[in-house]
Amino acid sequence: MPELIAETRKLKYGEAVNAALARLLEEVPESLLYGEDVGKPGGVFGVTRGLRRKFGERVFDTPISEAAILGSAVGAALMGARPIVEIMWADFSLVALDQLVNQAANARYVSRGAAPAPIVVRTQQGNAPGACAQHSQSLEALFLHVPGLRLAMPRTAQDAHDVLVAAVHADDPVIVVENRSLYFGDKAEVELGGAPRPMGWSHLRRPGRDVTVVSWGAVTGQALAAAESLAARGVEAEVLELTWLNPVDLDAVLASVARTRRLAVVHEANVTGGFGAEIVARVAEAGLGLDAAPVRVGAPDVRIPAAPGLAAAVLPGAGTIAARIAGMTAA
Amino acid sequence: MDDTERRLADLHAMWRIRALEEKIRELRIGGEEIVGSVHLCIGQEAGPVGACTELGPDDALFATYRGHGWALARGVPAEGIIAECAGRATGVNGGRGGSAYFTAPEHGFHGENSIVGAGLPIAVGAALAGRFDGGGRLAMTVCGDGALNQGASHEALNMAAAFKLPVVFVCENNYWSELTPIDEMVGEPELWRRAAGYGMAGARVDGNDPAAVRAAVREAAERARSGGGPTLLELMTQRLVGHYIGDVEQYRRPGELDRAREEEPIARLTGALEAAGVAAGRIEDARARARAEIEEAAAAALAAPLADPETAKDHVYA
Repeated sequence: MPELIAETRKLKYGEAVNAALARLLEEVPESLLYGEDVGKPGGVFGVTRGLRRKFGERVFDTPISEAAILGSAVGAALMGARPIVEIMWADFSLVALDQLVNQAANARYVSRGAAPAPIVVRTQQGNAPGACAQHSQSLEALFLHVPGLRLAMPRTAQDAHDVLVAAVHADDPVIVVENRSLYFGDKAEVELGGAPRPMGWSHLRRPGRDVTVVSWGAVTGQALAAAESLAARGVEAEVLELTWLNPVDLDAVLASVARTRRLAVVHEANVTGGFGAEIVARVAEAGLGLDAAPVRVGAPDVRIPAAPGLAAAVLPGAGTIAARIAGMTAA
Repeated sequence: MDDTERRLADLHAMWRIRALEEKIRELRIGGEEIVGSVHLCIGQEAGPVGACTELGPDDALFATYRGHGWALARGVPAEGIIAECAGRATGVNGGRGGSAYFTAPEHGFHGENSIVGAGLPIAVGAALAGRFDGGGRLAMTVCGDGALNQGASHEALNMAAAFKLPVVFVCENNYWSELTPIDEMVGEPELWRRAAGYGMAGARVDGNDPAAVRAAVREAAERARSGGGPTLLELMTQRLVGHYIGDVEQYRRPGELDRAREEEPIARLTGALEAAGVAAGRIEDARARARAEIEEAAAAALAAPLADPETAKDHVYA
């Protein structure tokens, strides 16, 4: 591995992903980067721009064939390559779930570690104005139900960079779920070139004594805004952001809930069967005494409409989140 | 190797598969040593025997759940296969794969697959990786006739052709897609003709003749290795047994199995060797050595301990 040189640059989220990919193609000779339109066009969101020019044929475009993209990634990984593939929208992974659930997730187990399939799948999900119901779903719970897969949902530019570096250096199949509403946000200081971190970190984004709010992905921004508005009303919410959902930093969740004795989970995904239910269940199993019934804030169990006004009516925003939390701290 | 020696070697190799399958059937039906889904390839021995002699040690073979024969022909020891089917700690995957989903990458056998058609895109990836790691690897993937109707198979064929990857797609057309005849499920029952639509070479081959299979695979492998891209080979064969052990085969057509028994590869090659004047003792020796090897392998496999339940949760993650 070339010597790691730490360097800080101001980057947007998408640019941080690009910087991480460039670094990984440089330092991991077995890495390959491919998917629909990621090579010469540089990706539909421009995230992979310039990488084909810099790294040549290791960065390439594929047919519109998700099963072939994911299946070939499994096959290449079995041969020792480190494929980083893009599924353009998380919704599109559903046409090729076999290769994730039946193939990638099984390879290590069945071979007792002799033939793992350490692929990295980059995809993005979530709602943005005008996106239709087949481009707006939050599907992390589907993947998280499958033993053998790792999953992260970075929200900040720094995490977008660090997650990818950790994922490519890990020996498990990892799904990295980005959020397209974050690609073109403000620039932030991003430290590049640091040593790969072990998977599974979280961030205590805001300390507070009254309630623990556990969140992940883009909607964490709404949770933080809700916490701000609650603070003005004298309710101090502690916001814990889970960058990784598998492995999940359960210790941080339990430690926070032990302090606050209240738990709210916030995610953009539908409530039923969502990973928030898993967090609530694990806290309950840990036997922590709570002063209020836990709350799950997410999208109700509906489809996601295209019209921005309709979508806003079903997605959890700061106002909804604050109201639900205020309700549990009122007593 | 002269022609007679080659044909005797093929007969022996086919007998090894036949004996293995009959032993596994016996253990599955007869008692409790093997349980669950077992898919035998009795009648289809010529394909793996003809094809695997054309593979080098670094080439990657991907098979289906009807893969015992391909594994054995690729060099996976019979003892490891039987032990795997019987849930022994000494099975090639320590009992985690079972009859229908075992893998032995150390022998260039990168797995059976219990999902119909799933192996094709994986093989494409193995060939793709070879383009970058300098290994010059050939990937061969085996599927049944029904598997070509899976979407993943289409995606794999197209991508391999578009990228001119060194893949040999072997379709064993035994006429039955599980329990349903292929000609009722396709508009064009000559499956090899699809190759032209992808822009790749294709051929229909007598899949009960190991020499014909070998010749076709050799040509396809040479094309692949020299940058000429993938090939789709349709091997015409039949299974003399059900889709799975326990299949009552009520779907079989009158007279079909009788005809199949006349054309099956071991009887055919035996007859040809006899007609060519090869000594009966040498023909019998090919069978006897295979049977003895399998009996010995089965005894050793069944003497091994069962997989340790303490290890059932190991190896989910790195």
